[in-house]
Amino acid sequence: MPPPSRLRGRGMRVSVSIAVACLWAGSVSAEDLQPVGSFDRIPDETERSVALFEEMLKVIEHPRCLNCHPVGDKPTQGDDMRPHMPPVVRGDAGFGAEGMMCSTCHGTENVAFVTGDGSIPGHEPWHLAPKSMGWVGLSGADICTQLKDLERNGGRDLAAIHEHMAEDGLVGWGWHPGPGREPAPGSQEAFGQIVQAWIDTGAACPAD
Amino acid sequence: MATFTVNGQDVTVDMTDDTPLLWALRDGLNMTGTKFGCGVAQCGACTVMVDGSPRRSCVTPLGSVDGAEIETIEAVEGPEAQAVQEAWVDIAVPQCGWCQSGQIMSATALLRLNPTPTDEDIDRAMAGNLCRCATYVRIRRAIHAAAKSLEG
Repeated sequence: MPPPSRLRGRGMRVSVSIAVACLWAGSVSAEDLQPVGSFDRIPDETERSVALFEEMLKVIEHPRCLNCHPVGDKPTQGDDMRPHMPPVVRGDAGFGAEGMMCSTCHGTENVAFVTGDGSIPGHEPWHLAPKSMGWVGLSGADICTQLKDLERNGGRDLAAIHEHMAEDGLVGWGWHPGPGREPAPGSQEAFGQIVQAWIDTGAACPAD
Repeated sequence: MATFTVNGQDVTVDMTDDTPLLWALRDGLNMTGTKFGCGVAQCGACTVMVDGSPRRSCVTPLGSVDGAEIETIEAVEGPEAQAVQEAWVDIAVPQCGWCQSGQIMSATALLRLNPTPTDEDIDRAMAGNLCRCATYVRIRRAIHAAAKSLEG
């Protein structure tokens, strides 16, 4: 069972692309989140809150999050957010179709391919966000409004939103996505601090 | 090393925990009915049941199935499995046959969950099982035929 050379080639291209992106970004790594204290330089609390939310967007709009927050019924995959293959659907509860559930392929942890580079992501549970929480294609302002909308966010108040973003295991997978995928920026701990600071400053949303 | 059941039989496989279940079945237990197709969960040829649910065995580490109940094409049982296999024979679904054990496992899983699937239900359930002979039309017919036979 020789390793498929096609996969090795794709992995190399992704690595080269990431390397080029890091060089282009100069001294600021694409993986970084600004320390929460750095926002203290913004005197106006509402403006500071908006700036904090825009920092949150670095994570929210990262492929690790967007791939499973589609506005439709199909996830995307990879750093380039290509259509998920096989062509799966969310199903009634976000866990896939009858007979082709997410768990048919995705296990409880990332699994490196033994036949070549890369891995299949995994976590328990593994599922799509509800359609009401879809983010792909939305503006930052729309995502912010949606995040705070009890009708669309699963009835979460701001404390529950913080808990979800700072503590949830599947959210946390975004920083530990396994070989072949770029982690979300920063860390879940740093992200949680920014979310808390956003809440503490009034959870303001950017303008459209 | 992992201990689990395969088709009701207790087995212990002395392989590392990161060995794919597919390797354990084919190389460790000499059960070659389950096929290697892609090794990256893209084709479905390696589908088995783990604790009653379909699972791609090529990306299932042996360490994750310790204590599990595995069903394979060699002895998958029950009215749905029987109906599927009879329909497969009646309609002569396979061409080269390489993917068919995975197709049958996925079709059986679908009918266990949904005894009266629509075309859309079938397409969604079988979307991860590729057939290089393109027997998809016969697969869909056979699943409908199996569902019909299960109506009694």
